[in-house]
Amino acid sequence: MAKEKPDLVYGTLDMLILKALQHEPRHGLAIADRIQQISKDILHVEQGSLYPALYRLEAQGWITAAWGVSDNNRKARYYKLTSAGRKQLAAEQEHWSRITKGIDLVLAEG
Amino acid sequence: MPRLRSWLSRLLGLFQKSRRDAEMAEEMQTHVDLLTERNIAAGMLPEEARNAALRQFGRLEQTKEIAREQRIWTWADEFLQDIRFGARMLVRSPGFSVLAILCLMLGIGTNAAVFSWIEGILIRPYPLVAHQDRMVALFGTRQGTTEKEGLAYPDFLDLQKNSTLFESFIVDRITGTTLSVGDRAERATGGIVSANYFNALGVRPVLGRGFRPEEGEGRNAHPVAVISYLTWQDRYKGDPKIIGKTQFLDGVQHTIIGVAPEKFHGTFIGYSFNFWVPTSMQETFDSTGYKLEDRGARWIEGYAFLKPGVTRQQAQAELNAIAQRLENDFPKTNRGHGFEILPLWKTPFNAVANLSPTLGITTGVAFFVLLIACANVSNLLLARSLLRRHEMTMRLALGARRRRLVKQLFTEGLLLSVIAAAGGITVAYWCRNALVLVSPTRIPGITIDYPGQLDWRVLALSVAVCIGSTMLFALVPAIQASHVDLSGALKSEGSGMIGGSGRSRLRSVLVFVQVALSFVLIAGTGLLLRSLAQMQSSDPGFSTRNVVVSAVDLFSSGYKPERAKIFYEQILERIRALPGVQSAALARVRPFSYSVYSSAPLEIEGYQPPRNEQVAADYNQVGEEYFVTIGIPIVAGREFRRNDDENGPPVAIVNETMAAKYWPGKDAIGQRLKVKDKWMEIVGVAKNANYRTKLEQPTPFFYVPVRQNFVVQNGFIIRSEQSATAIMNALAREIHALDPNLAPVDTISLQEQVDRMSYAQRLAVTLLAIFGGMALFLAAIGLYAVLSYSVSQSTRELGLRMALGAGAGDLLRLVISRGVRLTTAGVVIGAIAALTLTRLMGNLLYKVSPRDPLAFGMAFIVMTLVALVACFLPAWRATRIDPVRALRT
Repeated sequence: MAKEKPDLVYGTLDMLILKALQHEPRHGLAIADRIQQISKDILHVEQGSLYPALYRLEAQGWITAAWGVSDNNRKARYYKLTSAGRKQLAAEQEHWSRITKGIDLVLAEG
Repeated sequence: MPRLRSWLSRLLGLFQKSRRDAEMAEEMQTHVDLLTERNIAAGMLPEEARNAALRQFGRLEQTKEIAREQRIWTWADEFLQDIRFGARMLVRSPGFSVLAILCLMLGIGTNAAVFSWIEGILIRPYPLVAHQDRMVALFGTRQGTTEKEGLAYPDFLDLQKNSTLFESFIVDRITGTTLSVGDRAERATGGIVSANYFNALGVRPVLGRGFRPEEGEGRNAHPVAVISYLTWQDRYKGDPKIIGKTQFLDGVQHTIIGVAPEKFHGTFIGYSFNFWVPTSMQETFDSTGYKLEDRGARWIEGYAFLKPGVTRQQAQAELNAIAQRLENDFPKTNRGHGFEILPLWKTPFNAVANLSPTLGITTGVAFFVLLIACANVSNLLLARSLLRRHEMTMRLALGARRRRLVKQLFTEGLLLSVIAAAGGITVAYWCRNALVLVSPTRIPGITIDYPGQLDWRVLALSVAVCIGSTMLFALVPAIQASHVDLSGALKSEGSGMIGGSGRSRLRSVLVFVQVALSFVLIAGTGLLLRSLAQMQSSDPGFSTRNVVVSAVDLFSSGYKPERAKIFYEQILERIRALPGVQSAALARVRPFSYSVYSSAPLEIEGYQPPRNEQVAADYNQVGEEYFVTIGIPIVAGREFRRNDDENGPPVAIVNETMAAKYWPGKDAIGQRLKVKDKWMEIVGVAKNANYRTKLEQPTPFFYVPVRQNFVVQNGFIIRSEQSATAIMNALAREIHALDPNLAPVDTISLQEQVDRMSYAQRLAVTLLAIFGGMALFLAAIGLYAVLSYSVSQSTRELGLRMALGAGAGDLLRLVISRGVRLTTAGVVIGAIAALTLTRLMGNLLYKVSPRDPLAFGMAFIVMTLVALVACFLPAWRATRIDPVRALRT
């Protein structure tokens, strides 16, 4: 997969997915939409990496999936955050903010 | 366990790949469809919209593949990683790993081995016999005694003829001969068996055939033999044309008609037979005469196969009815006699009777060892779990997921128990035939064979118990880790109190259980050792010192009575002339040997037996000087003399019990008794002695002069200060001088002869000592582990005590006293348990109470000593703590 312009910082996709699921279960496309929408179109989730990430998160038990019906009456797999996923999200958010704070400090210097 | 479930579901996921794939494809299809719809809504044409959606999504198949791989490899990768890590952890603490694996191995291995003995000896002793589940042991009973008898051959025929619930009956009598092939002559063990023997057992000879029905009948009419596979290989070099060749057996030329299959050793458990001959040849092999038409001679052991669906109770009822009819038809021989069947593992003859109590106890003991081993491994794992709490906390703090830690510990536990289980199975495999090795008795020329069979059910059970307990305790650190307060745990490490907290209480309980169980085993071993010592020191009623016994097999060398008489006359003269020999005598049966005493119905002058009592007693044919040679005192009258021969009046000597029973308050000397239609006068009363084993009760017994009741087969009793070997050499020389074809057999000291009969006890002692030792070792390790750990956990406390002025001696005392407290509690419970359990040892104990204070005292001392040793090392380590460093941490 050639990436001319990486949309996302490496390793953050998982966190973003978890965040996107924070308030309600969503299906794959809705997750991608949500990330794009909140980030005001700055972040684009590549569909090709979305599903592997979802399966990975599911395997780790942070999200669970169930078949449901979408707004326009289509059968779709809905992902939901588990309590372990919620904790994980909190941990990653804290981790992230510490790191960005550190990076900011470094960049702000001089 | 939701975690386990998700782990398993992923494992299953591997196999349900196609279903997951379909789901994945469907999901991605939905995605594309949704995109397409959105594009249409934005004003694209359907075709265009779909293409755009596909472009947007990227390459569908590739994405699927990536997702799929990820799903599988996440867990496979982690699993491999865990195994690698687990292996590294095991290697990093080799002491722990080796101990844990060793404990489990011993536990699994011994259990499986013992069960394989039980399986092989008691439950399914005949691997080649079809329908062993319907096979039962059959023997005779006599009213008024619990002693089991053999069957009479005519009774056996009647059983065959009259029963409807039995598929077949077979009879089998152990016999021995000298097998001379080429220039090699050796003792061989064989069986006199009914003609249907091989057919009924379903054992097909690998060469030739079994016996034909007519070969069982006719006095000495069918000199044919089936030989064992081993004999064929060893003695006849596997001669492919062996069938039809002839072989002298007991002086009669026999035709070899068959070779039994390799794994068939006969039906006499414990011995591996060399040959079988049909019942028609009984007289040839039995020096005590022709018995095939004698209902009074109960000489042969029986087995029977029940018809399918027939219960033992029904079969027994039928036997009772047949016995009743026989009693009516033949009151003279059959009054008061019956038949009984028992499951094979209760067979009253052969090694089963000797071994079953021992094996029963051994099973219990092996199970104890397994429990101790499991407790031990649990203990080691617990100890380590506490040591690893630090590691776990650290990893959690660094962001490891708990689930991942659990999985890793789980894998470690699994690794440990799988290695141990493999080792245990190997141990079991090696030990399955090891019972022969620990058997104390070796008889030259007789192959002892205890069939061992590894039973997969037993193996599975032992392995499951071990893996179960290991996994349980392997996960403890994970459970703890789940509610660890990170900062607290990181700080408080190494500051426990000696003997504090609930977790260490669990470990103490484990040690305590181990100590208790070991105590029971040691007390049991002590009791057996005491009985053995009692047995060794108890007086058999004759002197075992300076007496050597021997025999020569004239019967199978074809001697007729006249020639045998001359031979004995000459050889005795020569023996008595040997330097160092004080006296020598003949005896048909040497005491405590495997030969059987003669027994006969008696008529006693002046004694009116109650209606259903058949007066009978065992007796021995002995020569002059017998009593002085073997050292049985004559309490009244005289001993046999040289002139108690064919020309003298028939005489007999009775033992004290017999004199007291039939002539109470009277002088037995001068009284008369009738044996086999011959009136004999009692000329002496001999002191009671043991005749077969030291365990027997005093029974009426009498002696008759061999000169008046001649038999061809006799043994020698020789009193001499010389060793058995010296006598053997001299004896061989003298016998050879008389007849170059003869050699003495079984020349041993009478002491050794007596010792052979305490076989079961010695086997039990050996086994129990081995298992008891193992248990003790394991318990010591457990104790050591607990104390070491508690010392390492209370470094701070100990350091503080030191800083406050406690000396090395104080610390030593502190730690050791904790160990001793644990031990004492265990010993008390162990003693209580032992008091109830040792009663089960019943007839293995000889003149020792199951609550023998000496044995219990010994167990107490051993346990305490071992505990002290186990405590000492950790205690010593406690004294080496550097207070400054201990307090700083």
